[in-house]
Amino acid sequence: MPEPLIQLQGISKYFGDRMIYHDLHLDIFPGETLVILGGSGSGKSTLLRVLMGHLKIDAGHVLIRGRSLNDMDRRELDSWRKSVGVLFQTGALFNSMTLRENLALPVREHTDLDDQTIDLMAQIYLQLVGLREHIDKLPAELSGGMKKRGGLARALMMQPRILFYDEPTAGLDPISTAQIGELIMNLKNKMGATSVLVTHDMQSAFQLADRLALLFDGKFAAIGSVEYFRTTADPLVRQFVDGRLDGPFINPSDQCSYKAELLGRKLHEVPHGKKTT
Amino acid sequence: MRAAIEFFGDFFYLLLDTLRAIGPALSSGRGRLLAWRNLWIQMNRIGVESIPIVSLVMFCIGAILAIQIAPEFAKFGMVPVTADVVALATFREMGPLVSAVVMTGFGGAAIAAEIGTMVVGEEIEAMEAMAIDPVRFLVVPRVVAGMLMMVCLTVVGDLAAMFGGLVASVLLLHLGSLQYTQHALAILKVGDFITGLAKAAVFGVLITAIACFLGLKVRGGAEGVGLNTSKTVVFTIVALILVDLIFTSVFFYLGV
Ligand SMILES: Nc1ncnc2c1ncn2[C@@H]1O[C@H](COP(=O)(O)OP(=O)(O)OP(=O)(O)O)[C@@H](O)[C@H]1O
Ligand SMILES: [Mg+2]
Repeated sequence: MPEPLIQLQGISKYFGDRMIYHDLHLDIFPGETLVILGGSGSGKSTLLRVLMGHLKIDAGHVLIRGRSLNDMDRRELDSWRKSVGVLFQTGALFNSMTLRENLALPVREHTDLDDQTIDLMAQIYLQLVGLREHIDKLPAELSGGMKKRGGLARALMMQPRILFYDEPTAGLDPISTAQIGELIMNLKNKMGATSVLVTHDMQSAFQLADRLALLFDGKFAAIGSVEYFRTTADPLVRQFVDGRLDGPFINPSDQCSYKAELLGRKLHEVPHGKKTT
Repeated sequence: MRAAIEFFGDFFYLLLDTLRAIGPALSSGRGRLLAWRNLWIQMNRIGVESIPIVSLVMFCIGAILAIQIAPEFAKFGMVPVTADVVALATFREMGPLVSAVVMTGFGGAAIAAEIGTMVVGEEIEAMEAMAIDPVRFLVVPRVVAGMLMMVCLTVVGDLAAMFGGLVASVLLLHLGSLQYTQHALAILKVGDFITGLAKAAVFGVLITAIACFLGLKVRGGAEGVGLNTSKTVVFTIVALILVDLIFTSVFFYLGV
């Protein structure tokens, strides 16, 4: 088995009192496409932030080729970030710049290529995501799905070998979805890209993934191959993959307090009536 | 209390970070053109918009000063000395301060809102994800532009105030324009100029740095942007007055 590219070792993360991860472990291997599954609000986008070193974690280590993000100085961290293309959930295009300028920015900043070459690259990548005719538009003039595709094109401009996609196909029509799916597939097959892909779309998850990991209640409840996720009897996986209503997959923080709150009481007041003093 | 210390600590850290990033931003081979272009855009945005307002306000302040002061001097038959006082007050104090307040309303608020919106739209994070330092890319051009434009604005404001004083003197105080000008020029020393412009430069840094700082600190959507934008205006004006007091005391102590 090859050395893992990224290792998550015992990650814990809290936002105030709210637990997002508790003792999370995961290895990501070079060249694989790993799909992260999980309910809305389970911490998928946050996980990508942790991997980029944007967010301080409360415990554990993120190892990149064996080196902890915590130990990296500015330059090392920058070189890690430069090697990764990130598609944010909303696209995160710079609103003050046209698509053309958005795409040109990272290349201008980090390479010596002349403006003509950069412009050509921008056109090529926009063509790949089907946005070439919109090259001179500002993000405000684009739809949500177009922004997302623009963000994807920008993520590809530095020709990264590692890609993080946050729901690349959410909100896209079926044809665009297929187009983006094929693009992701090509990046993997032709360039050997390593991808971490967050998605809710089970069809593209199964189509693109080498492995899948299901995030639930601060941990990976299941990590396995497409085959495993298709066939396992694990009720959690079954419920999520098949989209059933009944099962263990309830938003855990809502589960018990809901009834109590509706009745106008706090949960901890419910069990034993009154305290003795 | 702890929050306040942390707040100031963070702010000074940003100032240091900005200083550190100025060199690379303006000199490193490839980034240079981009940085200069950025600087130019920011100078236009922050400064040029404020010119008409600063001119108008300072014109009025010059006239008001002249009209307020003249009766006192008239008692001693020294009406022309009005020009001296207008000149000193303008160049040493009113010019930099009033221009700074106008720029706070225009440039400061706009910067805070702009950067805050970028935070909310994940743009800052995206920038960091591309290994582009937001301090170098966003803060440095704004702070440098703020410093330069503040000095220019102050010069414009000074001249407008002197002109306002002149118009008031000629129309209401029956002072000759030649007499006014001669008096004003005679009293002004190089030191008055320099102290006024030095203040202006520091004000420019203060305005833009606070705006960037509070912009980057925005949390939680459009509401956060609005909150920090108004905070920016209030904090900046308080900071301007405090720093002005410190400056004036130091200049007084040094005898300039
Ligand atoms: N900066 C923050 N401060 C406080 N809480 C946060 C912050 N960012 C995220 N959270 C919380 O962390 C949890 C996970 O958020 P995250 O965006 O990672 O969810 P997600 O799995 O990507 O959901 P979705 O599928 O809806 O995009 C959410 O409950 C959210 O409220
Ligand atoms: Mg998300």
